Amino acid sequence: MCGIVGLYLKNPALESQLGALFEPMLISMTDRGPDSAGFAIYGDEVPDGWIKLTLRHHDLGYSWEALSSEIKEKLGCEVDWFSNHCVAVFKVHAESAAVESVIAEFDADVLILSAGQSIEILKEKGLPEEIAGKFNLAGMKGTHIIGHTRMATESAVTMEGSHPFSTGMDLCLVHNGSLSNHNRLRLELERQGVKFVTENDSEVAAGYLTWRLREGDTLNEALKNALKDLDGFFTFTIGTRDGFAVIRDPIACKPAVLAETEDYVAMASEYQALTTLPGIENAKVWEPEPATIYAWERGQ
Amino acid sequence: MKIIDLEKSTVRELNQALHDQHEECTEREWEVTGVKGDHNLAVGLDESISVHIKGHAGYYCAGMNKKANIVVHGNAGQGVGENMMSGQVRVMGDASQSAGATAHGGLLVIEGNAGARCGISLKGADIVVKGNVGHMSCFMAQAGNLVVCGDAGDALGDSLYETRIYVKGTVKSLGADCVEKEMRAEHIQELTDLLNRAGVDENPSSFKRYGSARNLYNFKVDNASAY
Repeated sequence: MCGIVGLYLKNPALESQLGALFEPMLISMTDRGPDSAGFAIYGDEVPDGWIKLTLRHHDLGYSWEALSSEIKEKLGCEVDWFSNHCVAVFKVHAESAAVESVIAEFDADVLILSAGQSIEILKEKGLPEEIAGKFNLAGMKGTHIIGHTRMATESAVTMEGSHPFSTGMDLCLVHNGSLSNHNRLRLELERQGVKFVTENDSEVAAGYLTWRLREGDTLNEALKNALKDLDGFFTFTIGTRDGFAVIRDPIACKPAVLAETEDYVAMASEYQALTTLPGIENAKVWEPEPATIYAWERGQ
Repeated sequence: MKIIDLEKSTVRELNQALHDQHEECTEREWEVTGVKGDHNLAVGLDESISVHIKGHAGYYCAGMNKKANIVVHGNAGQGVGENMMSGQVRVMGDASQSAGATAHGGLLVIEGNAGARCGISLKGADIVVKGNVGHMSCFMAQAGNLVVCGDAGDALGDSLYETRIYVKGTVKSLGADCVEKEMRAEHIQELTDLLNRAGVDENPSSFKRYGSARNLYNFKVDNASAY
C-alpha cells in the first residue's frame, strides 16, 4: 500500500498557496505510507538555456558554495543556488549533461534528484508530516505538485527507494502498486543504457518511461506502451512540466480518485486526502477508469 | 433524531453508539455529519434504525449490515455494503470497486455508477445500480440479483454461479460462462419488484437477462473418463 496525491492549479491566484494546500493532502495519506514521503513541485522556471537541478548530499552541513564555484570555474557560466535542509536547488546557465558530469567528477556523493527547467524533487525517509516540515512544504509556491507516501513492499526503505522518481527532464513518476516483471524489465532496460540505483520496482517503471521518451514516444505513447509492457498493479501519477497525468492498470485494484473545480484538478489514492481543498464540497469527484490516460496540461 | 458529528466524535464512538441500539433501541433516526471520507462508517449494525451519512464515505461503509437502513449522501469508497445480511443501503452518488461484495441479503441501491467488481461473489443480496457498473462485476457471484440501468464493463458475470443479472444498456463483454438468457414472465415480475423496491422508474421489458451457462461449475459426465 502507498498513497499518491497530486494538485494542479488552474487558477494562478492560488499559486502562492500551492504548498499550503498540498501539505494536508500528503499528511492525510500517512496511514497508507508511513515509511517515507516525497514530492515533486513545479514552478519558478529557469529561462531557456538554463537548467535547474535538485541535488542532495547526506551531510547537512555540505558546502554547496564549493560545488557552485567548481561549476562556475569548469563551465564558465552563471550559477544560482539555494539550499533547503539536505538538498540544494542549482540553477545553471549551461547544458544539463555538462553540469551533471562536473558534479559527478567533483563529488560522487552528490545525488541528482531531478533535472529540468521547472521541477524540484524532495524526498526522505520518515513520516510525511516530518518531511513536509523539514522542507517547509507549506511555504512553497508553484503551479502543480505531486507527492507520495510509501509503505515499502518490493524493496528496502531508503531515501533512494522513495518516490517521486525522475524519468527525464521535468518528468517524474509516483507509483502505488507492485510490478511483477520488474527484474526482467530492469535487465532489458540496462541493456538500453538506463541506469538504476535501487532494487525498487517503481524505479523500473520510471526507467521504462525514460527509455520510451528517449526513443521518441510522446508521453501519451509512452504510457500506452507501459500498459502493454508493465505487468502488475499500478496507479501512476506522472508529473510533467505543464501538468500531470494519471493512469491505472487494466485490473485497477489500486485506488484513485480525481476531483475538479474551476480552480484546480486534484488526484489522490483516497477521497480523505481531498477534504481540505477549498470548494471540494461542490467539486466534480470521480474514479478514473482502468487503462485510461487522464492528463491535464497548461495551455490546453 | 440523533446527530453524531465526526469532527467531534471518532468513528469507533459512532459505531459503538449504533451497535448499542441492538441491546436497547432508544433512537430510530440517526444522522452523521462532518464526514470526510472516513472508512468503516456504520459497519456491523444489527437493529432497524435509519442512518443518514452526510458526505462522501471511505472504505467498507455499511459493511455487514443487518436490518438497518443506511443512506450515504455522497460517494462511497470501495466495499460499500460488503457482506451485508439484510436491511437496505443506498448510495446517492457513485460507489467505488467491490460494492456489495459477498453480500448475503438485503438491498443495495447505487444512484450513480458503481466501479469494478460490483457484486463480486454475491451470495443472495439484491443490487440495483442506476448508472453503469465497471469490469468484472458479479465475478463468481452465487445467488441474488444485480440490476444495471446503464452499461456494464468487461467480463460481466465471469465464472458465474446462480446470480441473475439484468442490464438495460450495453455489455462491453461477457465473462467466462456468462450468457444472455430469455426474459420470461417470471423474470419481468422479479425485475419489476426489484425496481419498485429500489424506487427506480425504468421499464422492465427494456432489460436483458444474463446468467450462468452452467458449464464451468457443473460436472459433465462426458469428462468422467479423465479420472
